[in-house]
Amino acid sequence: MPPRTNHLGLARNEYKGKPSTLCPGCGHDSISNQLISMAYELGLEQHKIIKMSGIGCSSKTPAYFLGGSHGFNALHGRMPSVATGALLANKELACIAVSGDGDTGSIGMGQFKHVIRRNVPFVYIIENNGVYGLTKGQFSATADEGQFLKYYGTNHMPPIDLALEAVIAGCTFVARSFSGDAKQVQALLQAAVRHPGTSVLDIISPCVTFNNAATSTKSYPYGKDHEIPLHEIEILAPDYVEPRDEIMIDDYAEGDIIDVEMHDGTFIRLKKLDKDHDPRNRRLAMNVLEKSMREQIFSTGLIYYEEPRPTLADTEDLVDRPLAFLDDSALRPPKAALDGVMQSLMGG
Amino acid sequence: MEIKAQTQTKLDTREPVINDFAFSVATKNGSGSQTSNNVLVMSLFQMGIPVNGKNLFPSNIKGLPTWYTIRASKDGYTARKALTEIVVAYNDGTATEDVANLPPGGVCITTDKIARVIKQREDISYYEMPVAKLMRQTDVPSAFRKQVENMTYVGAVAQLFDIPLDLIYDVLLANFKGKVKVAAMNHNVVKLAYDWTADNIVKTDPYRFERMDGTQGKIMMTGNDAGALGAIFGGVNVVAWYPITPSTSFVDGIIGFRHLRQSEDKENTLAIVQAEDELAAAGIVVGAGWAGGRSLTSTSGPGISLMAEFAGLAYFAEIPAVFWNITRMGPSTGLPTRTSQGDLLFTHFLGHGDSRQICLLPGNLKEAFEFGWKSFDISEALQTPVFVVSDLDLGMNNWLSDPFDYPDQPMNRGKVLDAQALQDFIDANGKWGRYMDVDGDGIAYRTLPGTDHRFAGYFTRGTGHDEMAVYSERSDDWIENMTRLRLKMDTARDMLPQPIIDDGAEADIGIITFGTNEDAIREARDWLANDGIKTNYLRVLALPLAASVSDFIDAHKSIFVVENNFDGQLTQLIRLEHPENISHVRPLALGDGLPMTPDWIYDSLKEQEG
Repeated sequence: MPPRTNHLGLARNEYKGKPSTLCPGCGHDSISNQLISMAYELGLEQHKIIKMSGIGCSSKTPAYFLGGSHGFNALHGRMPSVATGALLANKELACIAVSGDGDTGSIGMGQFKHVIRRNVPFVYIIENNGVYGLTKGQFSATADEGQFLKYYGTNHMPPIDLALEAVIAGCTFVARSFSGDAKQVQALLQAAVRHPGTSVLDIISPCVTFNNAATSTKSYPYGKDHEIPLHEIEILAPDYVEPRDEIMIDDYAEGDIIDVEMHDGTFIRLKKLDKDHDPRNRRLAMNVLEKSMREQIFSTGLIYYEEPRPTLADTEDLVDRPLAFLDDSALRPPKAALDGVMQSLMGG
Repeated sequence: MEIKAQTQTKLDTREPVINDFAFSVATKNGSGSQTSNNVLVMSLFQMGIPVNGKNLFPSNIKGLPTWYTIRASKDGYTARKALTEIVVAYNDGTATEDVANLPPGGVCITTDKIARVIKQREDISYYEMPVAKLMRQTDVPSAFRKQVENMTYVGAVAQLFDIPLDLIYDVLLANFKGKVKVAAMNHNVVKLAYDWTADNIVKTDPYRFERMDGTQGKIMMTGNDAGALGAIFGGVNVVAWYPITPSTSFVDGIIGFRHLRQSEDKENTLAIVQAEDELAAAGIVVGAGWAGGRSLTSTSGPGISLMAEFAGLAYFAEIPAVFWNITRMGPSTGLPTRTSQGDLLFTHFLGHGDSRQICLLPGNLKEAFEFGWKSFDISEALQTPVFVVSDLDLGMNNWLSDPFDYPDQPMNRGKVLDAQALQDFIDANGKWGRYMDVDGDGIAYRTLPGTDHRFAGYFTRGTGHDEMAVYSERSDDWIENMTRLRLKMDTARDMLPQPIIDDGAEADIGIITFGTNEDAIREARDWLANDGIKTNYLRVLALPLAASVSDFIDAHKSIFVVENNFDGQLTQLIRLEHPENISHVRPLALGDGLPMTPDWIYDSLKEQEG
């Protein structure tokens, strides 16, 4: 039987990268898998995508998905600036970026906040495991307060909540998820890749080697037992025709469904499972994150969404054609222009 | 007390000195004297007199002493001179020292208030301006009064040394971008001082200006503006930067010239991002270069330090990007508003491990413009970062120049494969790998993101990689890669701007230098020639060094390397690259924060040569 193909006629295999060299069972590999599925399901063209990353276990993963795309494994904590430059040079590219909690929460905190502030349109995935894996298990800035590691002792500092930092910085798409929750990760990726602004996905992605004890909030056992999705997520593409009213009838009472309309006409349908979270309300988003941190509640889902601000390329008021492909005549003013400047500077 | 003319008889007997003397204007920083000084320089320029203005300013917004030196030279010598014949002493805090620095027969123009407190010398001319009294006669609003006060010395200078009043008005008008009201307000003060000087001061010095045709067809601008204009004509399309003296005005220049590159419907063909720090600025230009942009950042020493990691990545991953280092005096924060050539070695070797960065070394406005556009061609052709190492003196001061030449070569975008070319490459070679050197020049072929070919994608990394851009920790892959990078740098030697050489003399002495020392050296060489000491000359324009540098060293018995730093960094580089027969190569290195003077070069060379 021929393999199933997407609308480009490509099999899922075509979206894979090189084999992973991470530890077997690493949460990051599940996320790579979901990225492969997302690109396959949506029928994305790989040559129109760039993959960016910083340094660390998570940042190795772009080699393991979308082998047909250009990728750039940059510097520790500096991926956002490299992505910014690439997307200015070619604003037609879509960008999927992978970082970790060390890469973003410590060395890269400044670039993380500023790339959001500029609203560079890309998917910013933080594969968050609370620990430095490649250097063998130091605490990261997202590690739990009071957590104990044999060599480094007890962590006395409160964790940094990267989703909360993203909201505060002005991010217009902020989600938290769990790499063990494939369905939710998939739905969030499908929404994020359509968002014309910075979308931050803080995905708890357990490190099976250094931080997978059931007592750690970044472990598989903990995540499986404690994850409380705020809602079920369904992505309704722009060409989705089924009348919305009929869906409402489903198992959900009116008011328990929130349809978040995206820029391209896609709807993110959120079927509420918990309380009254509405991701379109910034105050509620911060409350959810605040409460999660204080009471150690592992709330996942779309935390915050707003209609995106103009992107960096918009505010730069750039020509339509990608700057990288402008021809010489657009890049070099004519001789008369130089003569004019010279004339204006000439002496008597 | 209007004149101190104790030595009047003696002074009167002197021959007139026309268009060949220097001023030092001493004021307090932030007092608005920059406009007055610019007006003087531009007026002399418009009179056709070769002139150079150098701002020796403090790292401060308001209050600290600042000096501006203006040198007029009918013979076209525009280096800073160790001594100025005239001082405008408008800063009470430094006036005593300023007067003490004058040579015998010098001139001090000061205010009546300051004149009361400074120590008087018998052998110079004093001209005292009743500034407060003059200002009371104007209708300048009190908010501007302090700033406009400096126009009183412009008026005095104009009267004493013969600068036409109407010319000053034209220059003021140009300075204030055609705003008649502001120009007139300033000019009224100039005229008031001018007339008062005519009525009340008896000139007792021999100095004056006269129209000549030494600047006809020439331009005057700063090196940062020239470099920025060059970048505009070089097709820069992504600029990222972080403010730092003395490089800030480089990006200000790009912003100022950005309109030259706007599309018909006023959209931009270049993005300009003020980054959160120099790390991000470097990351943005590296990302842009990787994606096919012509990207540029401009910074100075502390920023270059922060950019070191990205510079190493771009060198090793082979990504084009242009970095301007407008050098100021280090180490550390150092003297942030003083010039230096002290970053040469650091910039050339920027990055950990065995990296060697291409450096272009402009020494004048024309080169700043030329390297402004050419740096992109070199960077894309070699797929490597290019550092243009300028300095504060060139960057921030006004220099005289012939007009710039329009680029004489089309843009060189380097070895970039589009989808069709990639297919052709694969057909010819069986496969394509990002770091395959099929031409034997060390330069591989790259693809850009967005190229619609299933094999166009590759993975860029700072980690070890093989020619297919696949992660590799194999020693043979590593050595092969580094060998190719070294080959690429050797390829670069011939592609880069070649040294300026003047070796026409039968001379035992050769002078080597780089950057902005040329004017001072030219003058010092003329003085030496007058003493019967012949010299030849070579100015390095790029690193790695060209082969002709070795030939020049071998052809002379004595080599002096003139450089504006403490350690003799070019000398060290020459010793590294040309290790044989170099006992005759000696540095003439002075890192004092100031532009080089012919006086120091002349004295030091004579002393060392015995």
